[in-house]
Amino acid sequence: MQRNILICGVGGQGIVLTGKLISAAAMARGIPVMSAETIGMAQKGGSVFTFLRLGDDLHCPMFPPASADLLIGFEPAEAVRMLPYLKEGGKVIVNTHAIMPVTAALSGSDYTGTEMLDYLKQQVPALTALDADAACKELGSPKVLNMIMLGAAIRAEVLPFTTDEIEDVMRKTVKPQFAEMNARALRYE
Amino acid sequence: MHSEFLMGNAAIARGAIAAGLNVVCGYPGTPSTEVLETAAKCNRGNLYVEWSVNEKAALELGAGAAYCGARAMVTMKQVGLNVASDPLMSLAYIGVKGGTVILVADDPGPISSQTEQDTRTFAAYSKLPCFDPSSVQEAYDMIQEAFAYSEAYHTPVLFRPTTRICHGYASVTVKDEDEYLVNTPEGFVKDSSKWVIFPRLSFRAHADIEQRNAKLSEVFSGYTRNEIQPAGTGIRKGVAAHGINYAYTAEALQNLTEKPAVLKIATPFPFPEQKALEFLRSVDEVLCIEELDPVIERALIFVCGKYHLSVNIRGKLSGDMPASGENTCASVAAALAKFMGAALPETAKRPEPPALPVRPPVLCAGCPHRASFYAVKQAMKGQKAVFCGDIGCYTLGNAMPLDMVDTCLCMGAGVNITQGIGKIEPDTVCFAFVGDSTFFASAITGAVNAVYNQANMTLVVLDNSTTAMTGHQPHPGTGRTMMGQIVDKVSIEAVLHGVGVKTVETVNPLELEKAIETVKRVSAEDGVKAIIFKSPCAVLIKPESPAVIDTDKCTNCRRCIKQLGCPGLVLKDGRVHIEQALCTGCGLCAQVCPFEAIGGASCRETS
Repeated sequence: MQRNILICGVGGQGIVLTGKLISAAAMARGIPVMSAETIGMAQKGGSVFTFLRLGDDLHCPMFPPASADLLIGFEPAEAVRMLPYLKEGGKVIVNTHAIMPVTAALSGSDYTGTEMLDYLKQQVPALTALDADAACKELGSPKVLNMIMLGAAIRAEVLPFTTDEIEDVMRKTVKPQFAEMNARALRYE
Repeated sequence: MHSEFLMGNAAIARGAIAAGLNVVCGYPGTPSTEVLETAAKCNRGNLYVEWSVNEKAALELGAGAAYCGARAMVTMKQVGLNVASDPLMSLAYIGVKGGTVILVADDPGPISSQTEQDTRTFAAYSKLPCFDPSSVQEAYDMIQEAFAYSEAYHTPVLFRPTTRICHGYASVTVKDEDEYLVNTPEGFVKDSSKWVIFPRLSFRAHADIEQRNAKLSEVFSGYTRNEIQPAGTGIRKGVAAHGINYAYTAEALQNLTEKPAVLKIATPFPFPEQKALEFLRSVDEVLCIEELDPVIERALIFVCGKYHLSVNIRGKLSGDMPASGENTCASVAAALAKFMGAALPETAKRPEPPALPVRPPVLCAGCPHRASFYAVKQAMKGQKAVFCGDIGCYTLGNAMPLDMVDTCLCMGAGVNITQGIGKIEPDTVCFAFVGDSTFFASAITGAVNAVYNQANMTLVVLDNSTTAMTGHQPHPGTGRTMMGQIVDKVSIEAVLHGVGVKTVETVNPLELEKAIETVKRVSAEDGVKAIIFKSPCAVLIKPESPAVIDTDKCTNCRRCIKQLGCPGLVLKDGRVHIEQALCTGCGLCAQVCPFEAIGGASCRETS
């Protein structure tokens, strides 16, 4: 079994931790993992991504275009940006909440994400779109965005883990006072 | 042995510790920074760790420790090696007692560097052995071997991962603590015929180095990480690769039915000539897959010439591979398929997506540098002025709408460049912007030069009390060390006064009016003067409550957005809106708004 997963979004959305939890779940199962992520200037507000690979016979942490079994897009345009990496028949989980770049405010453009979501709907048969930001509001914290996305990704049944396994590694990673809320977010539907 | 999920840089640090590391020092620089940080985190009390003021200081400290028999690692990015090159070139002649690895992270792309220089080329120039790992696991194993080679041959060695190794993660098999090597330094043994460089010593050492490197070329031909994988039956084609390019090649070969021979080069210098010869004798044609310089390609052409082999060597020099930039899985797969005459797998083409929003790196919301640049910009309105920038987050001050960085060259250069411009254009008001960490690293000499040589300039120190760009490392001005000590802070103000700068004013840039007034007044003085804009990095402080817009007062003139370009100021349904999750409440936009429409929590946003 080999799985290629791409997680993308905008810096500050909790993408790195999402990748770390999937990796930790794989390590707990003894599945070899490789990953690569954007580091540096993209810290805040830039496009960020994590490439994740699970399974045997891995050589490099990044994979070529048209290889991802699963794409988890935390922002519509970022999902579209990385769509070339999705393989035919691959699944996409996308957060419908758009994040406007600072340059859009300067140039006066009015990016809303709608055209990106329309494009995704046309191009990806196995698309799950959810308003994870609205879900955050319902759950009472903007910080659980990544757990909502990860929970939805687990339910897409591409990752070889159960929600319980992810919850286990999550509880070992996040501060105890946030564990309950994150656990609820993982199971938010 | 057990398995852990590690970043490449963490694996390097862990490997070095397993090899009995006694001292690690360096200067932060992407993509090398996490090596030293991991070593500090894993310090069991038997390791000395420091962020030195710059790479030259680090290498010299590492050399001193190694003279005592300590195992030392000195970490830096590739341009840091330029700073350290003075001690490096001489240390190559003097040699070391304890194993010494100089970790230099290269950055093909470049992704976050000024140059695409190749440390493998620097290795040949400095005549030092060089190790080039191809995976996170290999980096862990190879750094331990690098220490052993260094100690066996009494020479510092270079270890040069690239960004994709440094910042790649993998599950890695690592040693348990009881398997770690323990190195107990013997101490410094005085011997001036050994440790004092003189022409006579250098003449002898040069001859020894050449002899040793010829020997090492043979030794490395037997080093198992320099490896040949035979071609498929009847195939007379080969691929030579190194580092992450070897991983890309291995990945691509999985999809090829006709397999070329593969030569993996782990030690680009001294080049394993006999190994290469064995490989070249099995092929008629070779594709060299490299990033940065065509090091292997040139070496193979040399071997072909030396041994009269008729093998066609292709790569960057032949135009088959791109001369610059980073390779990828996909680009290597395409180059290999073309070389082997194979078809690339067809992938479904999707129609062009809608125009994607661009997200260039910008100064963070609440970043005090934005206020500093804005204050100088306002103060210099209508005057002929030049703004020399430097290396750090504040290089991003070049972006619109601030547009306040006219030059950027290398660490500490701005303070001297502005002097050069001032000598040729005396009617220009000359500014140099430098961050606090860069100030300590390499701008103090520039300040002395300015004072001595009667420059007319304003040095603006952007003091956010951290090394922000590389992930918030401490420096001499922060009062913290990597050994966890709280120490006296080195005062930038006192340093500037000490080197003869008479006017040094410290001001909070977020007090805009006062900041503008200070710039106007100080920059009008003759000679060398300095302004220290002191305000902590916005990432490190607990934010104030975010600003809000009083929609009754806001005319939607968008002056705040157009003047500042803060990511916290956005347009929502055509109106200016403050992104509450991003805003730190720095208050700069409130001071820029002509209608007093931006304020703290007392202002209600009614939209």
